[in-house]
Amino acid sequence: MARSTLTGTRIRERRAVMGIRQADLARAVGISASYLNLIEHNRRRIGGKLLVEIARALEVEATALTEGAGAALVETLREAAAGHEGALADLPRIEEFAGRFPGWAQLLADRHRRVSELERTVEMLTDRMTHDPFLSASLHEVISAVTAIRSTAAILVDTEDIDADWQRRFHRNLSEDSRRLADGAQALVAYLDEGAEETGIQSTPQEEVEAFLRGRAYHVAELERALPPPPERLVAGAPELSSAPARELALAYLRRYRRDAELMPLAAFAEAARAEGLDPGRLAHRFGVDPGAVFRRLATLPREMAGGPVGLVTCDGSGTLTFRKPVAGFALPRFGAACPLWPLYQALSRPMAPLRAVVEHGGRRQGRFLTYALCQPTLSSGFDGPQVMEAAMLILPEETADLPGGAGQPVGTSCRICPRRDCVARREPSILADGF
Amino acid sequence: MGKHVLLIEDEPNIIEAIRFILSRDGWQVDTHSDGMTAFDRVGALRPDIVILDVMLPGRSGFDILRDIRADPELCALPVLMLTAKGQVKDREMAERMGVSRFMAKPFSNTEVLSSVRELTGG
Repeated sequence: MARSTLTGTRIRERRAVMGIRQADLARAVGISASYLNLIEHNRRRIGGKLLVEIARALEVEATALTEGAGAALVETLREAAAGHEGALADLPRIEEFAGRFPGWAQLLADRHRRVSELERTVEMLTDRMTHDPFLSASLHEVISAVTAIRSTAAILVDTEDIDADWQRRFHRNLSEDSRRLADGAQALVAYLDEGAEETGIQSTPQEEVEAFLRGRAYHVAELERALPPPPERLVAGAPELSSAPARELALAYLRRYRRDAELMPLAAFAEAARAEGLDPGRLAHRFGVDPGAVFRRLATLPREMAGGPVGLVTCDGSGTLTFRKPVAGFALPRFGAACPLWPLYQALSRPMAPLRAVVEHGGRRQGRFLTYALCQPTLSSGFDGPQVMEAAMLILPEETADLPGGAGQPVGTSCRICPRRDCVARREPSILADGF
Repeated sequence: MGKHVLLIEDEPNIIEAIRFILSRDGWQVDTHSDGMTAFDRVGALRPDIVILDVMLPGRSGFDILRDIRADPELCALPVLMLTAKGQVKDREMAERMGVSRFMAKPFSNTEVLSSVRELTGG
């Protein structure tokens, strides 16, 4: 409904609010009560001089009568209604609602915005508690210190005949652990204070799948056989896959794994990988497959066949990491966004353009890595479906591949735990800046 | 000689405390701190019970537990799992993998001692 068609409704509401009778208002602006009645029921258009006079009589700006509630307010109400099945029937009357009850409408819009903000906060907190490596490590440190203190203190209190050597030793341990606890608690508080927007628990299906794969060193030997068991059986027998979504993700992963294994049989692929120096481009050419499949296949090679560890990370078109196989020295964030300087994201912005880059990671164990990155459409719904992109980045440490000389591109894990203070791509301050 | 416990844990002061508590109760306590080689140590020592931390360097306690349960000669070994991750999900995973008992840190000394005794029929 066009906004201007509700002018009459607003006049009626305003008149009622001011306690003016219809006949009195009509008389004040020089029209008949029946004509005003038609206007108030939106059966006559109103404008020009008459509108100005009615507005003056109702002590409002004329635009308040013609434009009614702001577009932003109506839009917010529309968003709120869209998420609520019961409100959909009233959607066509949203403008009328906002016009007739501006205060209630504003309250509803404000509440909707607040709920959205809180949902976002909960999501971030959950995400952080679940995936944040720093928080996880810090909590572990604090709990370990508390455990040692509790146990040691109980020994000192409960053991009356403890000999002097043990007593000295436990006093020293208590002192060490209490210092450790204080440091850890201080670090945690500072961290949580900085990002007071975040908390939560529980792990994700993706983590369950990663735990399952990690337990097998990312190599599923059963699927390498000429006659492999059905992936469903492997999934059903995996205790790490406790949730249905995790089992679904794992099944999709294993099916793809098997397809890759059929196209690139293990022995032939391992031999070729060594001969080609793990170059995914040349391997893709040799096996007649796309480089993305070679990335995946290289990441499933047992370490001894690859000549060293091989890391792999993939993301979807939103940049969300969908698969992580880390290598020592190149940590992959468990939550939120990763380092925007990763070649993975450069590939995402340049679909189908293969990228090869040496990067230098700025983490605790600084190291150089050769990376290959590529973004491809999945075409899972054909050419007519929505375009779904998937980017992948292969990570080869120096012990696995020959790296070209020269300086590498500086990268990190994610801004929050990256020590590169002056990075031009920094999104937020690092928690490492103040002594972590 | 008392019964034999293998404590797989990487926090030195927790090791020291547990070792003290169990030794005074007559247990022979061996310790091991590396996740990568922990399973081999279990096989070599054949203790009466294993106390197993979850977060270990190299390999997680879950991985080690899975190996123990998959080994025909070790599968019946009582395993008391200690973890700083006391989440329901972790407890459930440990139970699915066949843990004998799961204990969240910080634990009390009495709980550890009574669990070890109970799990070994002591």
